Amino acid sequence: MELFGDYTLRVVALGSGVLGAAAGALGSFAYLRRQSLVGDALSHAALPGIALVFLLTGSKAPLPIMLGAACAGWISTLAVRLVVRRSRVPYDSALGMALAVFFGFGLVLLTAIQKRPDAAQAGLESFLFGQAASLLREDVVVMSILGAGCLIVLGALWKEFKLLSFDSEFGDSLGRPMRRVDGLFTLLLVVAVVIGLRTVGVVLMSAMVVAPAAAARQLTNRLAPMVVIAAVIGVISGVSGAVLSSLIPRLPTGPTIVLVLSAFVVLSLVFAPGRGLFWRWIRLGRLQPAAALNPVLMHLYALSQQHPEEPDHGHGLAVLRTMSPAGADLEQVLGDLQSRGLAHVVGEGLWAPTPIGRREAERSLDHEAEVRS
Amino acid sequence: MIDDRSAALEVEDLTVAYSDQPVLWDIDLVVPAGDKMAIVGPNGAGKSTLIKAAMGLVPSVAGEVRVFGRPFAKGNGEIAYVPQRSSLEWDFPTDVLDVVTMGTYGSLGWFSRPGAAERDRARAALEEVTMEAFERRPIAQLSGGQQQRVLLARALVQEAPILMLDEPFQGVDAPTEQAIAAVLDRLSDEGKTVIVVHHDLQTVPEYFDSVLLLNVRAIESGPVADVFTEDNLRLTFGGRVGVLAQLAAGEIDS
Amino acid sequence: MSPELEILAIAIVTAVAAALPGTYLVLRRTAMVSDAISHAILPGIVVAFFLTQDLNSPLLMVAAAATGVLTVVLIEALIRSRLVPEDASIGIVFPALFSIGVILISRGASDVHLDTDAVLLGELAFAPFHRLTVAGVDLGPAALWSMGAILAVNAVLILLAWKELKLATVDASLAALLGFQPLVVHYGLMTMVSVTAVGAFDAVGSILVVALMIAPPATAYLLAERLGPMIGFAVATAAAGAALGWAVALALDVSIAGAIATASGLLFAVAFLAAPQRGLLAQARRRSGQRLDFAVRMLLVHLLHHEDTPEAAEECREAGLFRHLGWREAWTRRVVGKAEQRELVARAGELVLPTEAGRHLANNAVIGFGD
Repeated sequence: MELFGDYTLRVVALGSGVLGAAAGALGSFAYLRRQSLVGDALSHAALPGIALVFLLTGSKAPLPIMLGAACAGWISTLAVRLVVRRSRVPYDSALGMALAVFFGFGLVLLTAIQKRPDAAQAGLESFLFGQAASLLREDVVVMSILGAGCLIVLGALWKEFKLLSFDSEFGDSLGRPMRRVDGLFTLLLVVAVVIGLRTVGVVLMSAMVVAPAAAARQLTNRLAPMVVIAAVIGVISGVSGAVLSSLIPRLPTGPTIVLVLSAFVVLSLVFAPGRGLFWRWIRLGRLQPAAALNPVLMHLYALSQQHPEEPDHGHGLAVLRTMSPAGADLEQVLGDLQSRGLAHVVGEGLWAPTPIGRREAERSLDHEAEVRS
Repeated sequence: MIDDRSAALEVEDLTVAYSDQPVLWDIDLVVPAGDKMAIVGPNGAGKSTLIKAAMGLVPSVAGEVRVFGRPFAKGNGEIAYVPQRSSLEWDFPTDVLDVVTMGTYGSLGWFSRPGAAERDRARAALEEVTMEAFERRPIAQLSGGQQQRVLLARALVQEAPILMLDEPFQGVDAPTEQAIAAVLDRLSDEGKTVIVVHHDLQTVPEYFDSVLLLNVRAIESGPVADVFTEDNLRLTFGGRVGVLAQLAAGEIDS
Repeated sequence: MSPELEILAIAIVTAVAAALPGTYLVLRRTAMVSDAISHAILPGIVVAFFLTQDLNSPLLMVAAAATGVLTVVLIEALIRSRLVPEDASIGIVFPALFSIGVILISRGASDVHLDTDAVLLGELAFAPFHRLTVAGVDLGPAALWSMGAILAVNAVLILLAWKELKLATVDASLAALLGFQPLVVHYGLMTMVSVTAVGAFDAVGSILVVALMIAPPATAYLLAERLGPMIGFAVATAAAGAALGWAVALALDVSIAGAIATASGLLFAVAFLAAPQRGLLAQARRRSGQRLDFAVRMLLVHLLHHEDTPEAAEECREAGLFRHLGWREAWTRRVVGKAEQRELVARAGELVLPTEAGRHLANNAVIGFGD
C-alpha cells in the first residue's frame, strides 16, 4: 500500500473516485431517461464559460473556472430544451449543435485571449484530455465537497428523480413540479461533469456518465442497487485508473479510467447473471434475443399440432418447403435443430419436434402472445 | 354557462392547438358525478389530448375546467390519471409495488419517503386488481394485461373522486378486460366518476353509461341510449363507420 | 490566390462536403454518430501512422474510414443485443476507442508529430502552408484538393443513390420491401461520414466537423419541406457560415474553425427565430391569429344564442359584450373589429348583430362540423 503514500497518487485517486461516484450515480438516471449523451454535450459546451472566466478574471483557480463551466453548460441545456420544444429539430441534432457550436465559440474566446490563432497551445490540452496529474489538494477538496453535495441531493430527492425518470407525465398529474425537478437534475449533472473535466477531460466525460450505468443495469432489476452499483463501479474505475496510470509509464489517467470502465461494461454485458450474452449464447445458441424461435421449428410444431394423438407423426421436406421462405436452406436448419435437440427424424425423410422442441415452441408462443397483448 | 354542482367535471370552450392545427376545438362537456363515460372517435380526433388538456398536462389555447364547481388545480388529488401503456418505458428497473406506491407521492412532501402506510395502501390497490401476488415482480417482465392493471392500481391508490383512463382496454387479454371493467363498475357504484378514452365501439353500451363522440369538435355527448346512434357515429367517423358501429348502435340485428 | 482566400476556399469546400452526409444524419436522427465517429477514428489513424510513419499517407484515410465503420458496427451490435439503449451505446463505444487511440499515441508516438490537439482541433490557419506539389508544380493547398475530392465524391454518391437514400431515410422497411438495400445505404453513409471527418481533421478538427455536419442541415430543416430543397439550403447555409466565420476570424484574429462553428450556430439561431413557417416569430403570429379566429367564432355563437331572447338588447350591446363574454375590454374591441372586417357582424346603433355570413358561420360552429 505504499502506492498510496505518494501524494500525487493519493490526490488523483481521490479526485477520480469522487468523480466516478457522482457521475456514476447521476448517470444512472440520465441513462434511464435516454439522455446518456448529455454528459458529452455538457462537457464540450463548458468551454466558453471557462474561457470567459479566464478572460474576465485572468485566474485559473478551480472554483471560478468551475462556475464558468457550469454556467455555460447550463445555458446549453436551456438552448437544447428551447430548440426541441419549439421546432421540429430532433433532440439528438439539438444536442450535437449545442456541443459543437458552444465549443467552437469557446475556441474563439480562447484564441482571442491568447492573441494567437493557434488554439492548440491556448492551454486547451488539459481541458480536452484532463490533466489528472496536475490536480492539487485544493482541487480535490472542492471536487469532493461538490460531489458529496450532488449525492446528498440525489438521496434527498430520490423519489422525485425516480418519478422524473419513469413517468414524468404522471408526476405532473400528481401536481409535482416536474419541470423544476428536471432543472435540478440537469444542474446536478452539470456539476458532476464540471468536476470531471479536470480529471478525464472533455471527450471522455461521456463514458464516465454512461458506462457505469450501463454496466450496473445488467446486474440488477431495482433502481437503488443500480445507482449504488454504478457509483461503486465509478469509484473503482477512477481509483484503479489512477493507480495503473501511475504505475505504468506514459499511460495518461483519463483514457486509462475509461478503459477500465469499458472492461466493466463488457464483463457485465457478457456475464451478468440471467441477462448476460454468455448465458444467452449457451441457452439459445446465438447472441440475439429469442424474440421468435426458429420459424422452421414453429412450422414443425404447427404441423405436429394437427396430429395431437401422434407426437411422432413426421412431415417431409416438401411440406416444410412450402411453408418456408424461398431460398431457405432447410436441410441445414433442420440439422441445426437436431443438433440442439429440438427436432428429430422420425421416418424416411420425415421430421418432428422433440418434446423439448415442443416446449420451446409453446414458450415462444406464450411470449409472443404476451408481447402482442 | 352551466354551473351545475352535481357535475363532477365540466369542460368549457377547451381548445388545444399544435403548431398550426387545432387538435381540440371549443369542447364543452359535462360529466355528472358517478358517471361512467366513454370518449370515442377516430384516430387523431384528440381523445388523448382531451384528457391531458383537462388535467393540465398539455397547454390549451382557451377554455376552463371545473371540478365539482371549482376551478381545477393539479395537486389536489381530484383526478387520477391512467396513461396509455405504450407511453411508458417498461424496461425500468423497479417492481410492481414500487410503481403503485408512486401513486402516493402526491400526498408526500419533498423530502419524505413512502413508508409502511403508503406501501399498505399500494398493496390494497393491487388486491383490487388481483395483482397482489406480483408485488416483487420487475415490471420489465410483465405482460400487457398485467401492465395495465398495475397502472390502474397506481391510480386507485390516489383515492381520487375522478379517474381518467386512456385506452385501458387496448391490447389486453379477456380476463384483464373483465377485471378492469369490474373495477370501473365498482368505482361508479361508490359514486366515483370514470372517464375513459375507448377504442372499441362494440363494447361502449356494455361498459359505459354515457359517451362523448369526439372528432376535434365535440359532436355529441350524453347517455349512451340517446347519443350512440348510427347518424352520430357517421358524423364522428366521417362515413367510415361500417357494420360494427351499426351493430354497436343497435341499429341492425346481428 | 492569397493565403486568406485559399483558407476561405478550403473552409467553404469543407463545410459543403460535410453538409451533404450531415443532412441524412439529421433526418435519420443519428446526428450524434458524427460526434462518435469523428472521435473514434483516432486509433485507426494512429495505427496507420505507426505503419507508414507518414502523416500524409493515404493509408491514414483508409484506416480512419475503416475504423469509422467499425465504430458503427460496434454501436449497432450493442443496440441489437437489446441490452443497451441506442444513445448509451454511442456513449460507450466512442470514448473507449478514443482512449485506445490516445494511449497508443502516448506510448508509441509521443515524440512524433501526431499531435492529439491537432487531430481534435485542426487549424485552418496553417492549411495553406501544406502544398500539393506534383512534378514540381505548386497546385495549391493540399487540403483544398483532398476536401475538394471528398466533396465531389460525396455529391456524386448522393446523386447516384438519391432514391435509395431518400427511401431508406424515410422508411427503412418499405425500402427493404422494394428491394433497395437499406443496410448498404446505411453503411455507405457511415463510410462517407468517416472519410469526410478524416479529410476535415486537418482543416477544422473533429469537433467542428460535428458542427458542420449538423448545424447547416438543421437550419435547412426549418426552411425546406422536401429533401431536394433541404440539401440546397444546407449547402448554401454551410457556405455562408464558412464565409461568415472566415471573415470574422480574420478581422478579430481568432480561431477560424471556431468562428465558423459559431457562425453556423448563429445562422441556425436566425432561422429558428425567423424562418417563414417554422420560425418562432411566425409561430407566434399564427397563434395570435388563431386566438383571434376562435374569439370571433365565440362572439358569433354568443350573439346567435341571444339574438332572439328578451335579453338580446342587453347581451348584444357592444359596450356590455366584454362583461358577458368574460373578456377584457381591449380584447373584445379587437375581436369585434376583426369580425366587422370580415363582414361577419354589423353594428346597429349600440348593438352588434351577426350578418347572414356570420350567422352561417355560427350555425356551423354550433352543429359541430364543417370548416
